[in-house]
Amino acid sequence: MNVGLPHFLTVSAALFSLGLFAVMSRRNAVGILMGVELMLNAANINFVAFSRYVQHGIDGQLMAAFVIVLAAAEAAVALAIVLAMFRNFGTVHADAVQSLKR
Amino acid sequence: MELLNINIPDWADLAWWLPEAILCGTFLVALLADLVVRGRRPWLPFAVSVAGLVTAGAYAVAALDPGTRTILGDLVVVDGLAAYFRLLFIFVGLVTVLFAWTAEEIMGRTRENKGEFFALTVLMTAAMCVMAEAKDLLMLYLSMEAVGIVSYVMAGYMRTSLRSTEASLKYVIFGAVSSAIMLYGLSLLYGMTGSMQFDGIRAGLMGGQVDDFGLLVAVILVIAGMSYKIAAVPFHYWAPDVYEGAPTPVSALFSVGPKAAGFALMIRFFYTTLAAGPDAAGSAGLVQQINWPLLIAVMSAVTMTYGNLVALRQLNVKRMLAYSSIAHVGYLLMGFVLLTETGLQAILFYLLVYALMNLGAFLFVVAINNHLRSEHLDDYVGLGFRAPWAGVMMVVFLASLTGVPPFAGFVGKWYLFIAVMDKQWFWLAIIAALNSVVSLYYYFRVVKAMFLTRPAEGANLSPLKLHWLQYVLLAVLAIPTLGLGLFFGQFTGLADRAILMMTTGF
Repeated sequence: MNVGLPHFLTVSAALFSLGLFAVMSRRNAVGILMGVELMLNAANINFVAFSRYVQHGIDGQLMAAFVIVLAAAEAAVALAIVLAMFRNFGTVHADAVQSLKR
Repeated sequence: MELLNINIPDWADLAWWLPEAILCGTFLVALLADLVVRGRRPWLPFAVSVAGLVTAGAYAVAALDPGTRTILGDLVVVDGLAAYFRLLFIFVGLVTVLFAWTAEEIMGRTRENKGEFFALTVLMTAAMCVMAEAKDLLMLYLSMEAVGIVSYVMAGYMRTSLRSTEASLKYVIFGAVSSAIMLYGLSLLYGMTGSMQFDGIRAGLMGGQVDDFGLLVAVILVIAGMSYKIAAVPFHYWAPDVYEGAPTPVSALFSVGPKAAGFALMIRFFYTTLAAGPDAAGSAGLVQQINWPLLIAVMSAVTMTYGNLVALRQLNVKRMLAYSSIAHVGYLLMGFVLLTETGLQAILFYLLVYALMNLGAFLFVVAINNHLRSEHLDDYVGLGFRAPWAGVMMVVFLASLTGVPPFAGFVGKWYLFIAVMDKQWFWLAIIAALNSVVSLYYYFRVVKAMFLTRPAEGANLSPLKLHWLQYVLLAVLAIPTLGLGLFFGQFTGLADRAILMMTTGF
């Protein structure tokens, strides 16, 4: 079997859907953030695959490298906020946090 | 296979990026200064930030007419649009920094890490400037994330406060998800066109081998990410909670800065890739292919109606302003429906007006919160007599937000209306007009509370003494809000030129 662009796209679409599902179904804030990581990496697979099969350049791979770094930065900030939330509310469940008026 | 088709940067061109460079340098110096004095002398990072913003502003004014300069190897372009927004952002950043200096929520005796606030504001200003300049998917994503990450931190600035923590949690979760969704859409666009550059994407799309449905999916995913930044329905969920929970000076910044930056990015991205440009005939199909006008028109109508209707029953002035800012995004999107130059010019002018009046209204809330520790409408009763000058200026801001004739908000709205009526989109204009009437109710409820409602017996009616800087800043915002309504020619001219420079420059 020859592995081509459709295979990569299928994997990335599956990964993206799983990530989105995790974001929507998880109550735990850390779990939500893990879902976001899946979604970002799905996009990364797309970028790398397209840069190999469509563009024949390295723009997509460059983008993927930047996205990895940014995902790390974002995770650092997000986890710090989750930590602050745990200190203040005593829980990491996103839906337990309801101090603001609906 | 050509590996590196990146131009070697021309260092001389970097001179056009001087304001951004100054802002980044200011951020580092302010942060270091705060570290050196161990956070005990917040005036030091404050002074550094103000000096940096003023210097960057001076350079931005000097470079108001840059032509079209592509720098950093085609990643960033400095043109009329960028120059216009750069000035706007630096102004907003400066007002925020100055006002935060007088705000109890930032500078109060029990608050921590006061100095860092100023450094972060400067960094956010720099990132917003880059958002208005990006012309490559990489830079688009980087700048949006830079603004995002800084704003998550700023929303949670009062880290021991429950409301502030909740605001930043909601912001970071919604923000991360929507930026991931947008990134997936960008990757699809890249895959369909084989280019990261905006004009390359356009060329790829006009090549004609793009699947209609694929393009629609990609565009919707990208719109999702961007409309989160501008808080348009259905991606507005975070806005009311974040604006209410974050420290008020931060809410003021959020309601203007990232929103304007999001619009700048949308204007450049969608205009460059989809709309009619120099090759109008060939590209007109692109906008029609995905039925862009209807998509945005519905979004605009729903956004303004939702924002206004929910604002009607808010008793917290800060939350009411949050919903009103959602409604204003709806008005602004009107200019975006047809992707015409008239519409884009109207957006640019309205963003300037909106920045003035919305900052003003939020800053009045900051000033009152300093004394009353409350944003509730009931506590606003009699304020018009306790702080008459500030109260009158608040009336100016609210009247302008409503769009009552002699004020700038009216002129701004007028241009937006013309942009849609020009092309016979009357239903949208009618919905917008009805919405303006609805908004009159909740804006003037604040005015009524301040000036007309009789305070309860025994209520505290001692005059409030605001900080002198607050009077100065409120006046700086109120005078143009009044003046732009009468003498708007100069500034619409500026907006027109900015858009013309972008549309003819690429």
